[in-house]
Amino acid sequence: MADKTFIVKIKRQQRPDEAVRWEEYELRYRPHMNVIICLRDIAEKPFTRSGSESTPVSYEANCLEEICGACAMIVNGMPRQACTALVDDLEKPIRLEPLTKFPLIRDLQVDRSSMFQNLKRTKCWIPIDGTYDIGPGPRMSEEKQQVGYALSQCITCGNCLEICPKVNEHSNFVGAAIVSQVRLFNMHPTGEMHAGGRLDALMGPGGIEDCDNAQNCVKVCPKGIPLTESLAAVNGQVLVHAVKSFFRGS
Amino acid sequence: MRQPKIIIVGGGLAGLMAAIKVAETGVPVDLFSIVPVKRSHSVCAQGGINAAKNLKGEGDSTWKHFDDTIYGGDFLANQPLVKGMCEAAPAIIDLLDRMGVMFNRTPEGLLDFRRFGGTLYHRTAFAGATTGQQLLYALDEQVRRFESEGKVKKFEGWTFLSSVLDHSGVCRGICAMDLKTMEIKTFACDAAIFCTGGIGAVFGRSTNSVVCTGSAQSALFQQGAYYANGEFIQVHPTAIPGEDKLRLMSESARGEGGRVWVPKTAQDPRPAKQIPESERFYFLEEWYPKYGNLVPRDVATRAIHKVVYEMKLGLAGDPAVYLDVTHIPREVLERKLEGILEIYQKFVGADPHVEPMKVFPAMHYTMGGLWVDNENQATNISGVYAAGECEYQYHGANRLGANSLVSCIYGGGIAGSAAVRYARSLESGCENTPPAVYERERVRQQDISDALLNQHTGTENPLTIWREMGDVMTENVTVIRYNAAMQKTLVKLDELSERFKHINLQDRTQWSNQTLNFVRELDNMLILAKVITLGAIARNETRGAHYKPEFPNRDDANWLKTTIASWDGGKIKLEYEAVDTSLIPLRERKYTAAK
Repeated sequence: MADKTFIVKIKRQQRPDEAVRWEEYELRYRPHMNVIICLRDIAEKPFTRSGSESTPVSYEANCLEEICGACAMIVNGMPRQACTALVDDLEKPIRLEPLTKFPLIRDLQVDRSSMFQNLKRTKCWIPIDGTYDIGPGPRMSEEKQQVGYALSQCITCGNCLEICPKVNEHSNFVGAAIVSQVRLFNMHPTGEMHAGGRLDALMGPGGIEDCDNAQNCVKVCPKGIPLTESLAAVNGQVLVHAVKSFFRGS
Repeated sequence: MRQPKIIIVGGGLAGLMAAIKVAETGVPVDLFSIVPVKRSHSVCAQGGINAAKNLKGEGDSTWKHFDDTIYGGDFLANQPLVKGMCEAAPAIIDLLDRMGVMFNRTPEGLLDFRRFGGTLYHRTAFAGATTGQQLLYALDEQVRRFESEGKVKKFEGWTFLSSVLDHSGVCRGICAMDLKTMEIKTFACDAAIFCTGGIGAVFGRSTNSVVCTGSAQSALFQQGAYYANGEFIQVHPTAIPGEDKLRLMSESARGEGGRVWVPKTAQDPRPAKQIPESERFYFLEEWYPKYGNLVPRDVATRAIHKVVYEMKLGLAGDPAVYLDVTHIPREVLERKLEGILEIYQKFVGADPHVEPMKVFPAMHYTMGGLWVDNENQATNISGVYAAGECEYQYHGANRLGANSLVSCIYGGGIAGSAAVRYARSLESGCENTPPAVYERERVRQQDISDALLNQHTGTENPLTIWREMGDVMTENVTVIRYNAAMQKTLVKLDELSERFKHINLQDRTQWSNQTLNFVRELDNMLILAKVITLGAIARNETRGAHYKPEFPNRDDANWLKTTIASWDGGKIKLEYEAVDTSLIPLRERKYTAAK
């Protein structure tokens, strides 16, 4: 009996300035396949369905267990991690496209460094005095830790930016991931001493005001982070901060 | 005073800690990483980080941590630095806590600790079951802060090809490739620190991330760096098999009370939940009553192999056993293990809260790595330092769970400080190295890439060669090792090296050519595979993770020594060095009773 096969369609572009083309591949089905295995199959036999020679597909991937954030792409129209996109669960033919809100590098690979830049701009860190041994950190309730832990699982995949209508060529909205990180650092006992600086960075163009509450972000977060809660919480913080700054005359 | 310049290759826990230590002194750092550092493999560590804080009234101490580590490593680790690591561990936890790591807490708001393999104490601090992710992020944030101050410059999306050595063999820089433009460039420095992680890809499928190829270590080895104890490979007892990856199911599942079992009757057709207690074989608890499910990894892995292959009790005849957490209250699972249970649910599609997980051992970690000295994390090449999984210093013949994160941070910190001291002590810095030294290395590396790109007649596919290498290494050079099978492995590796000469890139573009990069890594992996296999063939004893049924006992008279491989004109040479056992006397390692 012939092997069971399925079709994968991939949007390809060799360079940012070259033409887009869709290529189709016919792959041999095995149980428990994911999109990563599909891409490896193509790399091992880079021929399209019609038999013409192609090249291995460029894409980012590292941990393959949805914790590094690398392999985000658009699978059948939705932004998600390729490693947890199981062939059994996907409608065929499977369609793969690169994220569109970030500069394309090649094929399914994009440049998400803007997210790391924004983490820098919003000072998302705890400013410690140094690495010397000066005793334990601040005590924290279990309750607070549970909230913080949920936020600190953000893998910077960019799915929430991809799905957000306010992240587009006309706006520089930093996106839910960054706002949620600001919430994380502002709730930490040491981090909150420096909350103002982070909130300053979220005021003005591209800041929290750009969010128009579409609430798509929370639906595509692979880590189930309560992003809409974070957006609301930080929005509140920014308002209070703005009023205080006004009366302080700064 | 001249301002020295340090390069760090690798941005996982060790590399980031080294960067922080260097940046704190004001010395500028260039940090190179294949992936954005926040996506490094440290992110995959799950269970926790060990430190004898003794917050549970158990009388734990750093000496006991030290003793557990040496004993767990079957006395192959040099003892002084291990002692240093265990003594430093509590302060490392404090530091991470100050950096904002969301460690789990007790009702009093203090750090919570859980049990891990190879110890009887609650010594493992944890952040859910994604501790590595949380630690990596904390260090990443600190480095980002230094980056914003201009003290660290990141080169993400670059891969290391080789070091630049001057006429006296001193490291004066590195040669690296931009993975987007494929441009090959050299970068000058006074000292280079390598934190390039694990080598899982040498075994094809493992629990490691895609970037863990060992390519950088192999490149340095071929430039004269010693590679120590390569034959010591840890196979983790519990992973989810997969075609692309073997996904780790953390030891913390057992640390929180998870139990490993198989039905007593071979090929029992009943679902797990219908098999009564009396018909379940909890083999680890029966064979190792004191440690139970928390024996060290090599012991648990061999037990699973025995149950599956000798006793033929694998689930439905397959190579799998149950890892059962269904008896643990859901609230505890959610607070302490959610990350890993989610992974299982996502990839297998079954709910581990309700159904026992099906797991099997998988290649996980290399105890061996670049040789470093007993003090400074310095390799034998002047100006080259190494820290983290890529070096060999801390784990002897078997690593204890939750000791890797602490060894990364401790070793990274030492390497950072030592590299600064070395760089400042140089009479003549890299600015005085003739440009021709850099150009020679750049041309050598460019020629290798050009030759691969210009070869049009090749017939061999890189992924096929890689898979065959991984299969033969996994079959013959992991859990159970026979010399005859390993000799055949060497023959196979030679065959693959020969076939590698006829490789076909199938992509000859000069823009984000991932195949070119992979092929260059594959070349280096083949050499590392031979280093590992040769070391394993030579070592005729059983010690820690290295198990030879033909030589079933530890042989201290002949083999209490570190294997040191070197590259001798294109051939691998093995020599040996004495182990420093000055602090804890040798004794038999057995987990059937308390130590």
